[in-house]
Amino acid sequence: MRTITYRDALREAIREEMLRDERVFILGEDIAGYGGTYAVSKGLFEEFGEKRVRDTPLAEEVITGAAIGAALGGLRPILELMTVNFSLLASDQIINSAAKFHYMFGGQPQIPLVIRMPGGGGAQRGAQHSQMLETMYAHVPGLKVVTPATPYDVKGMLKSAVRDPNPVLFIEHELLYNIKGDVPDEGVEYTVPLDRGEVKRAGQHITIITFSRMLHVTMQAAEDLAKEGIDAEVIDLRCIRPIDIDLLVDSVKKTNRVVIAEEGWKYYGTGQGLAALIYEFAFDYLDAPIQHVHGADVPMPYSKSLERLAMPNKDAIVKAAKAIVPAVLAHT
Amino acid sequence: MSQTESPKATATNKDEEQARWLAMYEQMLTIRHFEEHVNQLYMTARMPGLAHLYSGEEAIAVGVCAALRRDDYITSTHRGHGHCLAKGARVDRMFAELLGKEAGYCRGKGGSMHIADQDTGNLGANAIVGGSAGIATGAAMSIKMRGSDQVAVCFFGDGALGQGVLYEVMNMAALWKFPIIYVCENNEYNEYTHYRETTAGDLSARSAAFGVPCETVDGQDIRAVYDTAQRLVARARQGEGPAFMLCNTYRYYGHHVGDIQRAYYRSKEEEERWKTQRDPIQLLADWLVEQGMTDHTLFERIEQKVQAEVEAGEQFALNAPFPDPGEVEEDVYA
Ligand SMILES: Cc1ncc(C[n+]2csc(CCOP(=O)(O)OP(=O)(O)O)c2C)c(N)n1
Ligand SMILES: [Mg+2]
Repeated sequence: MRTITYRDALREAIREEMLRDERVFILGEDIAGYGGTYAVSKGLFEEFGEKRVRDTPLAEEVITGAAIGAALGGLRPILELMTVNFSLLASDQIINSAAKFHYMFGGQPQIPLVIRMPGGGGAQRGAQHSQMLETMYAHVPGLKVVTPATPYDVKGMLKSAVRDPNPVLFIEHELLYNIKGDVPDEGVEYTVPLDRGEVKRAGQHITIITFSRMLHVTMQAAEDLAKEGIDAEVIDLRCIRPIDIDLLVDSVKKTNRVVIAEEGWKYYGTGQGLAALIYEFAFDYLDAPIQHVHGADVPMPYSKSLERLAMPNKDAIVKAAKAIVPAVLAHT
Repeated sequence: MSQTESPKATATNKDEEQARWLAMYEQMLTIRHFEEHVNQLYMTARMPGLAHLYSGEEAIAVGVCAALRRDDYITSTHRGHGHCLAKGARVDRMFAELLGKEAGYCRGKGGSMHIADQDTGNLGANAIVGGSAGIATGAAMSIKMRGSDQVAVCFFGDGALGQGVLYEVMNMAALWKFPIIYVCENNEYNEYTHYRETTAGDLSARSAAFGVPCETVDGQDIRAVYDTAQRLVARARQGEGPAFMLCNTYRYYGHHVGDIQRAYYRSKEEEERWKTQRDPIQLLADWLVEQGMTDHTLFERIEQKVQAEVEAGEQFALNAPFPDPGEVEEDVYA
């Protein structure tokens, strides 16, 4: 084991997959000479050359269509879209084609395509550059949508995504690239599945379900709660579609209380979808209504004074948890 | 100038001409100073990143907007401060927006990449590359449907030529003869990649396929920009349809304020060459001197005035209050 950044973990996964399978190649805007806006692909152009590390025109719809076509043609593209916000320009190709070809064409073609892109707010980038859109894509059958939050997971999941025969939307977070975590030594092969969440902190009083950057906020909230005698179990969903519902239900059976914490908007989103599933499959085990911590129901404001208010934070999670954990329980 | 004009009229024309170029000079200088201050605000951690400075490209916004009326429309980009100022925005409220203050053009909700000012016809900057092509075209459609003689201008960078929407709008604007000018600011880079690595063929030949005339201009020469813009705007105003203006230019700073190490995508020499030989403000100053339209005391006066305005604007914004917390939920719907 060693400690590396989320960014380096991503780069290692890409590099190892490119070495393992010559069909794997990467494409995107500013990814070759420059090494990517978030410096994820730095050095890969020098190592693999322009054929397998391709700088594209600034044309999200086209490069996404081209990546789908390349996958149909037998390659394994890893497409980098600069942020999820720009994937909206490609959403037709993603939703109308990538998600549907395998089914619509009777199971014939496979689309082994990975689309990597960061989402998220919190850096005062304004309304058009601060969105979490995993929810939108997670609505669509035929897509896999994952949101790894740690260096270990991001490396292992990217490797699984590259090997998966389906289109995988691999949603990173702008504020996670510099975080550090333990990852097995280079050359030690491991993967993380694309359909399993993980208990990142075991606890008995309450289950807090979260994903992406909010995992780290939630872990801090869990520490605060611990000081007040509330022992929280933190589940990192990791995969938004498919959802590891069994993991959630097992946890709810133990704690009987749930907080869902996400950065995205409230209505019709990942959080509400999760809540509906828990009510459907674990209603009898719930001792309190599910609490939902989420971003304000507005386009992200730019001003730091407003953005801070629009982003969900640690205190909101603590408050939501305390609202449903009775004081008598907290000290058992 | 026609021979029948009286000497007095000629003198007046000359005065008018002088006043016009000096106003453009002052405006370019204002943008230059504004952007330097924005950069300093970032460097001293008083403003967040992702401000894309317009320094070096001033002649385009100023020259084009000088050919427009206040009620004409523009749409702008992530690199939009120059467009907003040239169309008539005030320095103090621009600073306020960049600092996220209530007094900003968008009450602090927009930020550097999202400034709109309806009073000056600025329909809004779009941080999605190519994002305003359809919108500007639709504004031109409204002009035509209302029977007005306004004109719309769509500013965008060379990178936007990668987006299909640019070609789709030209098709529609030509088909329906919309009063719109597509102004491409070719500063040679899409972020950190030279446009030649992402853009095939001849940039100036593209619009011809739709029957939209293209004029290629030296974007550092404000006189060329202004003259061309005037012709194309007049044409559009008379109902003769859209045009494409390809302005060759250069940005002095990084892609955004945080882009400080640029050596691996462009050389210091290249930057110096543009700054020392192709600076739009210097080029106009040289010409004004050559024409005897100004002297150094006048330049100094303008410099002082601009500096004072920019400094006062910045101070105003630094001291201005942040929006009320209740603003978060305001204005989601009209
Ligand atoms: C659709 C979309 N894709 C990517 C980006 C990220 N991005 C912001 S500016 C930029 C380069 C734009 O280049 P150009 O159009 O030449 O404008 P310049 O920055 O040179 O003024 C890119 C790729 C974006 N904002 N929107
Ligand atoms: Mg450019």
